[in-house]
Amino acid sequence: MSHPVLETRELTIRFGGHAAVDGVSAAFHAGTLTAIVGPNGAGKTTYFNLMSGQLAATAGRVLLDGVDVTGLGPAARARRGMGRAFQLTNLFPNLSVLENVRLAVQARAGGGGDLLSLWSRRRDWIEIAERVLESVNLANARHTPAAALSHGDKRKLDVAIMMALEPHVLMFDEPTAGMSVDEVPVILDLIHALKAEGTRTILLVEHKMDVVRSLADRIVVLHNGRLVADGEPAEVIASPIVQEAYLGMPARTTVQDLASPALERAHG
Amino acid sequence: METILSGDYPRSRLLTALLGLLLAVLAAAPFLFDGAQAINTAAKICVFVVLVASYDLLLGYTGIVSFAHTMFYGLGGYGVGLALYSWGPSWGAVAGGLALALAAGVLLALGIGLFSLRVRAIFFAMITLAVASAFAVLAAQLSDVTGGEDGRSFRVPELLRPGFRLVAEPVLGTTINGRVVTYYIVFASALLLFLAALRVVNSPFGRVLQAIRENEFRAEALGYRTVCYRTAANCLAAGMAVLAGALNALWLRYTGPETTLSFTIMLDILLMVVIGGMGTLYGAAIGASLLILAQSYLQKLMAVAAQATEGLPLLPQLLHPDRWLLWLGVLFVTSVYFFPSGIVGRLRAASR
Repeated sequence: MSHPVLETRELTIRFGGHAAVDGVSAAFHAGTLTAIVGPNGAGKTTYFNLMSGQLAATAGRVLLDGVDVTGLGPAARARRGMGRAFQLTNLFPNLSVLENVRLAVQARAGGGGDLLSLWSRRRDWIEIAERVLESVNLANARHTPAAALSHGDKRKLDVAIMMALEPHVLMFDEPTAGMSVDEVPVILDLIHALKAEGTRTILLVEHKMDVVRSLADRIVVLHNGRLVADGEPAEVIASPIVQEAYLGMPARTTVQDLASPALERAHG
Repeated sequence: METILSGDYPRSRLLTALLGLLLAVLAAAPFLFDGAQAINTAAKICVFVVLVASYDLLLGYTGIVSFAHTMFYGLGGYGVGLALYSWGPSWGAVAGGLALALAAGVLLALGIGLFSLRVRAIFFAMITLAVASAFAVLAAQLSDVTGGEDGRSFRVPELLRPGFRLVAEPVLGTTINGRVVTYYIVFASALLLFLAALRVVNSPFGRVLQAIRENEFRAEALGYRTVCYRTAANCLAAGMAVLAGALNALWLRYTGPETTLSFTIMLDILLMVVIGGMGTLYGAAIGASLLILAQSYLQKLMAVAAQATEGLPLLPQLLHPDRWLLWLGVLFVTSVYFFPSGIVGRLRAASR
């Protein structure tokens, strides 16, 4: 088997005495999409923050392309190809939609140190940013300030900013949360397309089980900061420990009782 | 035009007209006005446009609150002034003093930046306040070197002295003496520095500064090392303030704590940025001009108004020139209340 692109070894962070992420070891390979699931407070977003560098680990290690990046900050990890979309929308509110994405293109090109030329003369950066906006159906809003977008459009812009970095590791933190029903497919199609390229390593925190089933090659389950299951979607969903941990109820209740209609249909 | 203004246009007819008028009046000031006060005011506006623009680079563009800006302004003034005072009135002294002041200013800004830009904004503001106060005390105490509270008057190179004649005959009724030459050096330097700042804020680097102001966390997640950018902005603004201080010293032929280091000047700079409009350099130009004009002419205007209302109850007392600070305060409060985005922000919104 090839070397993992991203790997965590006994990754732990404690806030006071509480271990929010507790000794999680997992490896993620190129061309795969892994869904990370678990009840609220299981430590999914904290696990993401540890991998992308927003939080510093108390113990354990993070390896990116075989290199130990545990001591590096988020900027350094981003430059090594780690892209992150955020659960709570995280934009440049008073800058235009286009500028939000253009800044990411500029970061990718390493162009921030240039004090003397004009940003507006780098047509190539602007064109790339416009293409990314088209891919998430935001091209029409390019001159709108990010703060004025609808909630769903903000989520799309958040994803677009990550895409513009052209990362080889993509981390989506509940990309469809709070989106209206007709907006969800745009994001899902995008993730599908990225997965179909077959070269990227995609991590997805998601609550909607139908989304997880349709996208994931593998599911990692966190519960109380610990990794409690890791494997093929079908077997993970069916395992009793997951039923209890993820759904927080006795194992005899089936997943279908709480899953979305699409999942029920899939199970007939 | 795009290259000169770096693609950053006033975007409002009235603002364009105001800026054009300002530029024209400043460019022709020695030929338009006779009195010393008018030309002094014009020179002060030139110096403050640079000083306020450099502060806007920090406050308006990067979102950094610093109270050390007058320290860098003072470094420029003392650098050039003390060099001329102790090494004699030569261009070598001007260049040497300026180089030393620039180096000291940028190094100090780098030190403060690396030491404290990592911490929360409020701590950075407090540290700049402490360093600036220490510097002001130092300048006042080291009176053997700096002249203490009295400051230092010094002689400037011959080309800049009032007795010097560039051309023997008056041009358009104005004698082209060393003061006029000095004024044009100040004016041209200020214009160049302003345009340079306009370029910086519209460069890829300047765009990152705005991103940091908007959302530092996200800027970091994009791969920008925000501490480096903030430190660079701090050094750049410091360097520009040093140059403004040097220009001011050359114009006044004097340097002292009152004209460079006092906290009143820091407050003026803050007000100029806020009234003109944070995050636009044109706002710095408008804010600086407006405030300096008010400071220079409000008293005269009030004397006229007080005379005109003589005989009426209360009004003459309220309009007495001694109350000018009260009316300046009223002006501030109303302008901040009615133009929260500054004059430039208001004008741009109106023309949309």
